[in-house]
Amino acid sequence: MEAWEEGDNPMKKFMFVNRKAPYGTVYALESLEVVLISAAFDQDVSLAFVDDGVYQLKKDQNTDGIGMKNFSPTYRALGDYDITKLFVEQESLTERGLTLDDLMALTYEDEDDDWAEKPSIQVVTRAELADLMDEQHVLISS
Amino acid sequence: MSMLHIVNKSPFERGTLDSCLKTSKDGCAVLLIEDGVVGAIKNSNFADQLASAMPAKQVYVLEPDLNARGFTKDDIIDGIKTVDYSGFVDLTTENDNVQSWV
Amino acid sequence: MKFTILINEGPYQHQASDTAYQFTKAAIENGHEIFRVFFYNDAVNNATRLAIPPQDDRNITNNWAELAEANKLDMVVCIAAAQRRGMLDDDERDRQGKDASNIHPAFRISGLGQLVEGGIQSDRLITFGD
Repeated sequence: MEAWEEGDNPMKKFMFVNRKAPYGTVYALESLEVVLISAAFDQDVSLAFVDDGVYQLKKDQNTDGIGMKNFSPTYRALGDYDITKLFVEQESLTERGLTLDDLMALTYEDEDDDWAEKPSIQVVTRAELADLMDEQHVLISS
Repeated sequence: MSMLHIVNKSPFERGTLDSCLKTSKDGCAVLLIEDGVVGAIKNSNFADQLASAMPAKQVYVLEPDLNARGFTKDDIIDGIKTVDYSGFVDLTTENDNVQSWV
Repeated sequence: MKFTILINEGPYQHQASDTAYQFTKAAIENGHEIFRVFFYNDAVNNATRLAIPPQDDRNITNNWAELAEANKLDMVVCIAAAQRRGMLDDDERDRQGKDASNIHPAFRISGLGQLVEGGIQSDRLITFGD
């Protein structure tokens, strides 16, 4: 029996993998909508930002000129929904001339640590991300 | 855990096959479908990169997609195995999890 | 095994829906169970009742509808994506005050929770996209 099958409420590891920049296509926005819904299901949810997906977390997005809704503030709400693991691939950042400082400072309050505010974004190497992906039961790519 | 990686775009159009080969771990399976099958063709600029991923990773190509684009199993890099849709299904059940590189 | 099939692309524009259909058919023939087929992003357009593709090529909506009928498949169109793209069933038409509906009866409109549930209840969730 798998660990997630024990008990009445099986918990699976879901990873949402994001590979595309925001606004050029709808995938970043609509993937975020699935992530928010998944929060209601008590599963072990994490997000991975790889290749151009790292641009989804870029700070200072201003969409006034393109007439589209700026949905980047929604990433800030993830912490409130208990979605606290946002893995960003180091190599993807480096290839694009970006560092952690270019990304939004996303945080959550850790209820197991006196509600201390902690960063949700973890920069991981490609190899570390591969290991994380290997542990997942469900990988939803967009 | 062994993962099945599915890549559906040509390596000349999209970086997903390149990213997949760099990220995926030894012992995994990589299946090329749809336009991704062109990555399996011998003598292209991508052939060496894909050939060197084997045998650590097993590469498969969806034969119906190969044929649709005017190629046969004679045109693919040595070591790559062809599957039909039934074989595609088997790959998803034989590996512990599945990731689509869309 | 139990499968949930996720499709992210509309008919004809990308091969995703065709590939998903061939995969689903093969999975059924191999004796597997399809828990749900979920249509997200532009894939909601696979559910139109009104397409008139050329007669000498496949009719993607009908392919899915016939497969669903023969195998009692649960084919779900995401309500948020459908609203965005103007895909409505009769209930949505009435609720939203529109003058027409366009969803084929083989599909039902529901929420994203159905996709997450599919991931929980199935052994494999496969994404067909671009």
